[in-house]
Amino acid sequence: MKAKVYVTLKKSIADPQGNAIGKALNKIGYDNVEDVRIGKLIETELGEVTKETAEKQLKEMCEKLLANTVIEQYSFEVLG
Amino acid sequence: MSNYQAVGLTREEYMKIIDYIGREPNLLELNMYGVMWSEHCSYKHSRPLFKHFPTSGEKVLQGPGENAGIVDIGDNLAIVMKIESHNHPSAIEPYQGAATGVGGIIRDIFAMGARPIALLNSLRFGEIEKYDRVKYLLEGVVEGIAGYGNCIGIPTVGGEVYFNKSYNGNPLVNAMCVGVIEHDKIHRGNASGVGNSIMYVGAATGRDGIGGASFASVELTEESEEKRSAVQVGDPFMEKLLLEACLELLDTGSIIGIQDLGAAGLTSACCETATRGEGGMEIDVLKVPRREKGMLPVEVMISESQERMLVIVEKGREEEVEKIVEKWGLHAVVIGKVTDNGRLVVKEGDGIVADLPAESLDSSGAPKYYRDYEIPDYYREAKKFRPEDITEPKNYNDTLTSLLKSPNIASKEWIYRQYDHMVRTNTVIKPGSDAAVLRIRGTKKAIALTTDCNSRYCYLDPREGSKIAVLEAARNIICSGGRPLAITDGLNFGNPEKPDRYWQFRESIIGISEACRELDTPVISGNVSFYNETDTQAIYPTPIIGMVGVIDDVEKTCSMDFKAVGDIILQIGETKPEIGGSEYLSAIHNMETGEIPFVNIAREIKAHKAILESIDRGLLESAHDISEGGIAVGLAECCMGKGIGARVNLETSLRSDFELFSESQSRFLVAIKPENLQKVIDIFTEFKVPFKPVGETSGDSLNININNKEIINLPITKMEALWRGAIECLIQ
Amino acid sequence: MKFGIVVFPGSNCDIDCYHALRDSLNQDVDYIWHDTEGLKEYDCIILPGGFSYGDYLRCGAVAPFSKVMDEIRVHAEKGKLLVGICNGFQILTEMGLLPGALVRNKNLKFICNTVPLKVENIDTPFTNRCDLGQVINIPIAHGEGNYVVEKDELAKMKENRQILFTYQENPNGSVLDIAGICNEGKNVLGMMPHPERACEELLGNREGRLVFESIISFLEGGWKSE
Repeated sequence: MKAKVYVTLKKSIADPQGNAIGKALNKIGYDNVEDVRIGKLIETELGEVTKETAEKQLKEMCEKLLANTVIEQYSFEVLG
Repeated sequence: MSNYQAVGLTREEYMKIIDYIGREPNLLELNMYGVMWSEHCSYKHSRPLFKHFPTSGEKVLQGPGENAGIVDIGDNLAIVMKIESHNHPSAIEPYQGAATGVGGIIRDIFAMGARPIALLNSLRFGEIEKYDRVKYLLEGVVEGIAGYGNCIGIPTVGGEVYFNKSYNGNPLVNAMCVGVIEHDKIHRGNASGVGNSIMYVGAATGRDGIGGASFASVELTEESEEKRSAVQVGDPFMEKLLLEACLELLDTGSIIGIQDLGAAGLTSACCETATRGEGGMEIDVLKVPRREKGMLPVEVMISESQERMLVIVEKGREEEVEKIVEKWGLHAVVIGKVTDNGRLVVKEGDGIVADLPAESLDSSGAPKYYRDYEIPDYYREAKKFRPEDITEPKNYNDTLTSLLKSPNIASKEWIYRQYDHMVRTNTVIKPGSDAAVLRIRGTKKAIALTTDCNSRYCYLDPREGSKIAVLEAARNIICSGGRPLAITDGLNFGNPEKPDRYWQFRESIIGISEACRELDTPVISGNVSFYNETDTQAIYPTPIIGMVGVIDDVEKTCSMDFKAVGDIILQIGETKPEIGGSEYLSAIHNMETGEIPFVNIAREIKAHKAILESIDRGLLESAHDISEGGIAVGLAECCMGKGIGARVNLETSLRSDFELFSESQSRFLVAIKPENLQKVIDIFTEFKVPFKPVGETSGDSLNININNKEIINLPITKMEALWRGAIECLIQ
Repeated sequence: MKFGIVVFPGSNCDIDCYHALRDSLNQDVDYIWHDTEGLKEYDCIILPGGFSYGDYLRCGAVAPFSKVMDEIRVHAEKGKLLVGICNGFQILTEMGLLPGALVRNKNLKFICNTVPLKVENIDTPFTNRCDLGQVINIPIAHGEGNYVVEKDELAKMKENRQILFTYQENPNGSVLDIAGICNEGKNVLGMMPHPERACEELLGNREGRLVFESIISFLEGGWKSE
């Protein structure tokens, strides 16, 4: 079972990297870009588990380690 | 293209291989020769000239030929050091290129058994004011150095950064590492004792670093072709674990030899340790930990994955090694054993996949080339320049401020602020003075470290310019209160197969050798990087000198900034109208030409002795050498440290701009308390060193008169804002 | 009186803290390896700077799962002193022992410099030897020292006087120029600046001693909170 976990900074937290990249995109001609947020993509190989177990584990992993919920939000997709 | 061409060898070299082994090499063997006989590993164009270098001396415990050189500082302690280039990787991927350059040089130091205590780096970039790519490279390289050094917790204490159009297509990134070791703990890369185990420690082997010029891809599948990459990625945390694990291993006495896996990976580490030991080795590539599936023996043998070490372990003590390595969260595996049959045998399970005479692979077996050289036209042309022909500036306040904010003279604070230069709390003199000073804990001693090279001088006159590079390094050590001990050199040049470039290289080696011999600072280690050129031009010859000096009493350390008002300022040495090759000529008049300043080494050494004696007797408040930008910039630099001004009057028969901006050699500025003046004068008189009082520290501005007429009057705060802010301003 | 310094595999400032406490302040001090079981009694435990586990996910994210950390949490919950410096501060926020979090510096660069800090509260075990409003110069060396915290939490911190040090010239974008804070119980300190780098004349700065002298004074019973 493969899964992808996405971790991004919460909207309320300033994202200087995202801002810098947004400015750079504007600078090279993409004037319409209004907002860029940077995050992490974590790919995992979970071995032989059911979808339910995978989802339960992923939620735990995010809460415990992969995201710091003080500043970050997360989502994940199980790829079967 | 034939197989041998694909690995970067010539037909003659291929025939030489057949001579050695009495048959055609297979593809793995051919690739092993390809990487080992590459310029980078074999030094085939440079080694024949190394005989000029003085490499031994009373204090040299290890000269060139090992992972790093070692010089004695007394108290059973020694300094281990080396500089290495990572120019081409940094040009492709500046962050990882620079980071892995730092990682590689750190491994060279702890491979000798030493604890690394400091990093320095010498960087060259193109015209930052003109090209966005130069800014991108600078930012990436600096972040890469910072990312690696900060994470592993070794302070980056010094270095230099210069900008010049000759580096537009080819930046230089040279990293230097310095370690400290007790004499009886020195280890070398020896595979001795038949039957002893070869163990592999550290990161798993991947396909990184494969794909340079010297790699034949004939055998590769399409999939592996796609996966291989010339860009290595550094993992400083892994290296920290490796460092601690290796130092702990070396303390057990179970380790016979140790070697890092650098350029040419396992191939190089195996054959170098074998030839330094019993002569032979047998390894099994299947036992090598791998990061990727389906790797071929050739990929395993020449991979340049980072953070790996080879240790030769006394037979029977492998488990002890495994245990220590596991404590640090790493694995150690036995991959082979020491033999004495002179062969490097590579197996894949039971089958032999390569069987070569070990000596034929390493630098003793590699071809050597003496190239033709010729003096280039520009060299004679430059000497025709007449300084009198340039126009004299009208407003010297403007000229001085322009120089202070020119990228080569401007403060490099924006860069070194990104390096943790204080971690481990030994940094007594931080970046920004002439040399960095680190105390050696547990002793009264300190060491002074610097890297130097004015490559414009080296271009205009490679021999004299290279001498000056060595002397400049020595001056920086002296001004910190240190006695110069030894150098490591990072020789960066163009294509040695071109006669004019080879001439530059040869002249430079002769110049370095002469200066080192007279200063008694042997060359104990170094690195050569050739082919630093693009279609249009070669870089200026850039022989970077990394020097270490010892300060016997750390309390007597000296620095360049003025300390208090009311001190007398002495100029040591004499100013001549030497404007050729100067920063003034380049930055203000946009010319890089002329005869570079003359230097008399024997006379300069007298000045070194007089300054050291004055510092030793506690008579100097500050000392600074006069270099790029002449006495005007030198005075400004002394003022800006603590915001203490100076009133100076220069009595001279020279044109004002020559007096202010001449780069005449062997000159220093020292500040002295009035009550100590006579004692200092006595010392300089005794050593027959020319000097003259030029003024005193005072107020909060720099006032310079020439023949009692004021021509410069600048508030320190104004100068400092321009000087400190210039690089950041250029980047943004 | 005994100090303990926790050593993670990627700790870099463990040695600096050790020398500052032992050599400059004459204290009894031990290193504590991160997978220690059966933690001895310490009066003050320090989580030093560095990159505890490489810090590739987030600074300090992995360290809370080290074996010794459960006992360190207990140590803090008993009201004993716990100090996190730089990476140690990041670890304390990850553990939830201090509020907020530390994110990338506003200018996206690592910054190593000596900066002026203002002491905002002197009624704590960590600042009682300072004067209120005193400015001390302490080195910083971090890439992620930009302190963020939710509004309500911040208001609570202000009310409880948990903000101990603020930057005079904010280098990293921290909210309210925050450089160092403590918990509600005032026994856990987190600060980005490195007082251990400013404890001896040879290095040109002794102003960091004030933090350690405050701790020693508290532990000796020379200072008690009201």
